[in-house]
Amino acid sequence: MIPTSYYLILAALIFAIGATGVLVRRNALIIFMCVEMMLNSVNLTLIALSRQWGNLNGQVFVFMIMAVAAAEVAVGLAILIANTRHRKSINIDEINLLKW
Amino acid sequence: MSLSLLFFLVIGAVCLAAAFGVVISRQPVHSALFLLVNFASLAVLYVTLDAQFLAAAQVIIYAGGIVILILFVIMLIGGETNDFKAHQRTWSRLVGLGLGLILLAGLSYSAVQKLLPLPADPNAVLQGGAPKTVGLELFTNYILPFELVGILLLVALLGALVMGRQPEGAGEGIASLKASDR
Repeated sequence: MIPTSYYLILAALIFAIGATGVLVRRNALIIFMCVEMMLNSVNLTLIALSRQWGNLNGQVFVFMIMAVAAAEVAVGLAILIANTRHRKSINIDEINLLKW
Repeated sequence: MSLSLLFFLVIGAVCLAAAFGVVISRQPVHSALFLLVNFASLAVLYVTLDAQFLAAAQVIIYAGGIVILILFVIMLIGGETNDFKAHQRTWSRLVGLGLGLILLAGLSYSAVQKLLPLPADPNAVLQGGAPKTVGLELFTNYILPFELVGILLLVALLGALVMGRQPEGAGEGIASLKASDR
């Protein structure tokens, strides 16, 4: 059996890669995908700890996170499409109407 | 090295490589396909962690739903932003990389500093994470959150519908739209 810590370290690596992607990339779609990746790494953490403590709660949380991620993707992509209709761009440096 | 550890290392390496691919790819379509590989390898890891139902849900929701949705949007709005052009501010990229490294150091420190002992026998409670066990837990102890998730999905559906709607007179110049109006 593989120790839970290995899974935690893998999840930490994926989370850090996703967070770096959010900071580094300027394409809104790729930022979106990086956010999904971060959500998934947290799911991996929850499932690994659910096995560690022999408790189903972690798996139920992951189920809820998946539903929230699906809702987030639907609304987020709709916002992106609506924004693209107005600005003809998905570069987040150009999406600055709310900036002071 | 035991076989299961080797398996974990191979799948984990695929997962990490795909994650890098998502961030590094120039084309958004390639990023989406790398994301698909990432999700699939995570589903394999879920099976090794006694979460069979969630592995199936991962493939169906993420690989089957979310990636397809993202691919559709990429094909709808193009998605080229010239991320790699020289006139981009380079300092912001360097700062991003530095912050990412700091985050990685902090996260892995917290994971390494206290190595967990091997779990007792997870199968006694989890039973492989089969749909029956997860379903029983969901529909007894977590019935209210489950219903709230249903409402959340309905609201998200309506929100996406409202925001993705074409404004009045948007499809003026498109011949096929005019033909269907008649």
